[in-house]
Amino acid sequence: MTSPPEPKSEPRTEHDEFREYCRAWLRDNRPPPAPVRLPQHPIETMTRAQLDYLQAWQRRCYDAGLVGADYPVEYGGRGHKGFQRIANEEMNRARTPFLVNMVGLGMAAPTIYHHAQEELKRELLPPLLSGEQIWCQGFSEPGSGSDLASVQASLTPDPSAPGDYLLNGHKVWTSLAHFAQWMILLVRTSREHKHKGLSYYVVPVEGHRGVTVRPLIKMTGEAGFNEVIFEDTPVKDAWRLGATGEGWSVAMTTLLHERGAGPLVTPAGGVGSEGLAHNVRGLVTLAREQRRNGRPAAEDPQLRARIAALAIRERGMLENAKRARSGALVEHPMRLPLQVKLASTELAQDLAAAALEVEGPAASLYLSDERAPVGGQWALAYMNSFGATIAAGTSEIQRNILGERVLGLPKS
Amino acid sequence: MSRPNYGFDDDCALFRDSARKFLSTHAGLDGLRRATALDPEPTRMPTAWPSEDAWQAAHELGFVAAAVPEAQGGLQLPRAALVALAEELGKHAFPSATESTLSVALLARRALEEHADSAAAAALFERLGEGARATLAVCNADGDWEHESGVRHTLAGQQRTLSGSAHFVQDAGQSEWFVVRSQGPSGVELLLVPGSASGLRRQRDGIVDLTREQGTLHFDGVVVSDSGVLLGGDALLTAAMPDVWLLLAADMVGASEWLLQTTVEYAKVRTQFDRAIGSFQGVKHPLVNAMMAIDRAKSLVYAAADALDQGADDALLLAHMAKAQAAEAAAFTSSRAVQLHGGIGFTWESDVHFFFKRNKHSELLFGDAAYHHARIAALLLDT
Ligand SMILES: Cc1cc2nc3c(=O)[nH]c(=O)nc-3n(C[C@H](O)[C@H](O)[C@H](O)COP(=O)(O)OP(=O)(O)OC[C@H]3O[C@@H](n4cnc5c(N)ncnc54)[C@H](O)[C@@H]3O)c2cc1C
Repeated sequence: MTSPPEPKSEPRTEHDEFREYCRAWLRDNRPPPAPVRLPQHPIETMTRAQLDYLQAWQRRCYDAGLVGADYPVEYGGRGHKGFQRIANEEMNRARTPFLVNMVGLGMAAPTIYHHAQEELKRELLPPLLSGEQIWCQGFSEPGSGSDLASVQASLTPDPSAPGDYLLNGHKVWTSLAHFAQWMILLVRTSREHKHKGLSYYVVPVEGHRGVTVRPLIKMTGEAGFNEVIFEDTPVKDAWRLGATGEGWSVAMTTLLHERGAGPLVTPAGGVGSEGLAHNVRGLVTLAREQRRNGRPAAEDPQLRARIAALAIRERGMLENAKRARSGALVEHPMRLPLQVKLASTELAQDLAAAALEVEGPAASLYLSDERAPVGGQWALAYMNSFGATIAAGTSEIQRNILGERVLGLPKS
Repeated sequence: MSRPNYGFDDDCALFRDSARKFLSTHAGLDGLRRATALDPEPTRMPTAWPSEDAWQAAHELGFVAAAVPEAQGGLQLPRAALVALAEELGKHAFPSATESTLSVALLARRALEEHADSAAAAALFERLGEGARATLAVCNADGDWEHESGVRHTLAGQQRTLSGSAHFVQDAGQSEWFVVRSQGPSGVELLLVPGSASGLRRQRDGIVDLTREQGTLHFDGVVVSDSGVLLGGDALLTAAMPDVWLLLAADMVGASEWLLQTTVEYAKVRTQFDRAIGSFQGVKHPLVNAMMAIDRAKSLVYAAADALDQGADDALLLAHMAKAQAAEAAAFTSSRAVQLHGGIGFTWESDVHFFFKRNKHSELLFGDAAYHHARIAALLLDT
């Protein structure tokens, strides 16, 4: 899309100036090409070489004021409300590499900001925003997925450190734990109540006593998530966010932001694997290049209708985000924000499925075959899309939430 | 560049408020129920005629003036206000010639922008200012406005003599003016024809939708002089179609929202198996899908309205998207509304059928979803 012309008559606002600054900075500071293949999303970062490259990039963006722009200065931010959204748009536009500390930026930071003690905020937020310290999320367990409030990992008093605790339990699907210095943790502190028996802590991971991180392999063959076992792991009470027994309501702040519906804009932008435009434009390019029945796939009437329908969903999402910012044209303040996660992940899945059909039998070729269309990235994207419709509350759970919180229907 | 709130400013909000107030007092479903009480016999012509009083009030509230340029005595509000009005009309299933007349006003506005001396457009605005209703009579018997015209004319000097028929003319019975698409010796022309023209016969259509009125116009020697020509022909009609689609799309957004909210309320109070039916995911999840389809349509409608105001490059694309998405949202929401109400939803007694029928009518008029998908694909893939 071409850049919109700046209106001439109106004075430039500080937002216009910041946008111009971002654009110029991203133009002049493009990172060198990655020395290794980058994954499609931050949560599939597997090797130290990938991490080093991505961490260095986040650091530069942070130093330039493109990460954490909305956070107060005392927590390592720039204290400019409304700037992060602009920086995100410009990073997406410039197609620079994504920000690797995704769990930190999108989930840990807003939760720490809203619920941690002052001292903890000053200690944890700056190295999180700069990407120096990588964060992971220890919510899910083998027996607790959609029914998150049933978590069993628990704290018991530490006999050798009065007032502090020992942690025992088993977390699973923990993205980025293999590189993480810190984890946000939902843990049981009482067995008497389900929700009211939960508390929320931040705990160190790397090098911390009694922590074992074991990588799990995804269906794509990639790694990126892990299981994390805690055996008598020491936890300081000073690491608690919110009151004991209030963990569930603190976790709501995390989940709301994880699903793109929280009040703080998550610093996020840029792309993964070089060469894949995982959008309608990428699909259109593919349809022009691939042939079926002796003609460009772009001439196939069924595919044309399908691409049109996907284009409507993509543009509709973009316009929903704009309309959500206009008070006068929305019925319910959470109605559009709570749709973001569901709409975007299902669209990505359907886009990738359509791309595989456009590729036809060549969609059988994977990353290992250099003749694969677009390097086999669409096949990878299709599989990865299921991670997104499962993680952060499955699509079924999202529909429950929308039905209950927005439409006001009774609980299922 | 799109404006904040898609151009929906304080004036638009005031305009919408006054429309809401008017509709909440004049457009109760009681009236529709009373008016249609005798209609169930499907072989009888429907009787739901919009009241003259209601039209007069709508005129005084500036429903049509909102689209008329200031130089022609109108208010010329942003298009966001016009689609907001159509949304409210849909939400109340309000029978009136408002959307037809707005379509014609917007077409005439374009005619005047292209040909500042267009006498026909100026005359039309004068009539509209006096409270006249107008509508497009541009479709052939296939419902097609782009190929062969159902109306033809011969030319002798300044005089055109019309014969043939225009089909699927909205509000044909109430309108005082028609914009007729007619094929002549030197190409297609858009002609302004008064309802009182001699040689014009209006035939009422027996339609499913009880909240609308539609007819067929038969021309037998109707005479139109040069002063009745809206300069621009098919190019003008093509340029004006996005407005027609947007008004229909906005109407569907409003009607679908009514269906959604009404079904949600029913799902909260109706119990089966000792639970509210809204707690079943087989009921809840389709309602969420309907909401998302409606929201997408609504966002696209306002985005397209703003893009048209601004003359943006993607205005046409957005208008196609808005009509296609609104049609899909309408079809899905209507079908789920009847289904999820159970037996009561299948009755004449429930109000659901008013909106169900209105949506189906809007969905298929001036290009269904498949039509607009094909146009979208052409814009994305062939350019
Ligand atoms: C790629 C990826 C990354 C992840 N990263 C993290 C992470 O970093 N940290 C973390 O804590 N967790 C993470 N997760 C875990 C994720 O949050 C859970 O997988 C998710 O909440 C679903 O839980 P589950 O896998 O136990 O499935 P289950 O809850 O067992 O669900 C199985 C199926 O049943 C359906 N279902 C369950 N309950 C209902 C209901 N009430 N109504 C309708 N359908 C229902 C689900 O929708 C699903 O289809 C990740 C998952 C993936 C796939």
